[in-house]
Amino acid sequence: MTQLIIICIYLALLVVLGIFSSRLFRGTSKDYMLASHSIGPFLLLMSLFGTTMTGFALVGSTGESFKQGVGVYGMLASSSGIVHSLCFFLFGVKLYSIGRRQGYTTQIQFFRERLESDRIGLLLFPVLVTLVITYLLIGVLAAGLTVNGVTRGAFSELFAASNGGVPPWLASLVICVVVLTYVFFGGMRGTAWANTLQTIVFMILGVVTFFVIATKLGGLQAASEAVAQLHPEKLHTSQFPKLKFLTFLLIPLSVGMFPHVFQHWLTARNAAAFKLPIVAQPIFIMIVWLPCVLIGTWATSAAIDGKPLFPPDFHANAVLPVLVGKVSTPLLGGLLTAGILAAIMSSLDSQFLCMGTMFTEDIVVHYAGKNRFTEQQIVTLARVFIVAVVAVTYGLSLFDPRRVFTLGIWCFSGFTALVPLVAASLYWKRLTKAGGYACVLVAMASWLWFFRDSGYAADPKYGFLGMLPVATMIALSTAAMILVSLLTRPPSEATLNKFFPKS
Amino acid sequence: MRYVVWGLLVALVVLHQSGIASDSNQLVFGFLPINLLFHAAISCAAGAAWFLAVKFAWPAGLDDEPVSDSDAASNGDAA
Repeated sequence: MTQLIIICIYLALLVVLGIFSSRLFRGTSKDYMLASHSIGPFLLLMSLFGTTMTGFALVGSTGESFKQGVGVYGMLASSSGIVHSLCFFLFGVKLYSIGRRQGYTTQIQFFRERLESDRIGLLLFPVLVTLVITYLLIGVLAAGLTVNGVTRGAFSELFAASNGGVPPWLASLVICVVVLTYVFFGGMRGTAWANTLQTIVFMILGVVTFFVIATKLGGLQAASEAVAQLHPEKLHTSQFPKLKFLTFLLIPLSVGMFPHVFQHWLTARNAAAFKLPIVAQPIFIMIVWLPCVLIGTWATSAAIDGKPLFPPDFHANAVLPVLVGKVSTPLLGGLLTAGILAAIMSSLDSQFLCMGTMFTEDIVVHYAGKNRFTEQQIVTLARVFIVAVVAVTYGLSLFDPRRVFTLGIWCFSGFTALVPLVAASLYWKRLTKAGGYACVLVAMASWLWFFRDSGYAADPKYGFLGMLPVATMIALSTAAMILVSLLTRPPSEATLNKFFPKS
Repeated sequence: MRYVVWGLLVALVVLHQSGIASDSNQLVFGFLPINLLFHAAISCAAGAAWFLAVKFAWPAGLDDEPVSDSDAASNGDAA
């Protein structure tokens, strides 16, 4: 019960923050969606990092380490440290520069003009929304499972069917409503502030969680030595096939096509604001992932009073919340849970906001005209669409949950398959409209085929030709883009001058 | 220097891939699995390499972009 009270206080605090930041709202959709390009290096770092660290990074990484051991860190954390910053450096800074110059708010506006095609928006919009919904699903699922895991046994009569904890469906619903509330009140400014607060909260509480769990398991040394004795294979990395491990490097490339990250890039005050996020991202990822991976690995051999805490077939998604619930006091458990939820919500908010922006800018304003609606009506339309997207996501979360980690890999694979499009748009003058269409169509067709073939993420070990399917997907989408571009008419001089100005 | 920085990043990727076939149970400082330490070191090295990148390979002509009055900051560190 104490845990639940602390969680509720934290959620209320976020709503208050959203209301407070709304007092600074300038009443324009540009301020609501891009915070009037006012975000400096520190807030940009916090909001970008908070946005890229999701339930996948905490709940997913801990659960996956429980299943596969310490190698999970190399699979995604150290690789993300290199690749995320690469995307910020090569794509982020350049897109910011072009976006600021041309007045873009969304990715689709950029692609429409770069590819000289209005209809590319109609193709990209459903593709991006579908992929973001998959991403949202990770957060919504993780939030429900976290609150349920931590409160297990607290309501043994009221919620007997969900192990005496707050049912995941209820917890997910409350989290969605809270995030919606502060996003609605605060817009991008509120989101950037909430992200900063939540990133600080989850980083500090993450470290606290690590030491609390270590102490309860007999100390750092005892926890690790237990693994070395009982499950030494969890300390090895040779069980990962080399080719598959190599293709994990492609997964973090997805950051280059996240629409919500694109929107955060455009909030920057200037290009120099990117320098801090580029340098700090690998270190921040380490601060979050290292403890999570260690905790997940320890969980394989964890015992209290000689009794093992988890059977080997324990559900990966529940490892972190159940561990927090079992080893901490109610007060600390509440705080630690708030930290986990902070990480999850700091991604959901940006994604919610981004969905609204895309809908209003790329569909409503684009087709109805700028003067058809007032600024206030545009903000209202954005909110209506966000609620619809959240409702769909929430509905999907009620079905049989997949492993958060596996679902994350599928979601990121879809975005990665589209990365050749953004890379070519920025660095290859010969990219044509038809080439862009070919890239998107092949990326999505291959994603859907593989996703279906894997039983819709039911098989966590699914691979193709000994690699992650993303390798084939990106190879196909790149080949289609290059081939079709070379066979079709190059872009006009005007477009080339606009996107590749002679310095 | 620009090429040195990009060379460093490529070397990091190669290093990242080379450290995957270890069956060592060694615990550094008594608790940190050596395979995990190796990849944590890659993360730190990535931070250092990107520091060099923003210092020596930053695209020219971006830092002096004008910021319009309407975009002036009013929040947080932007104030």
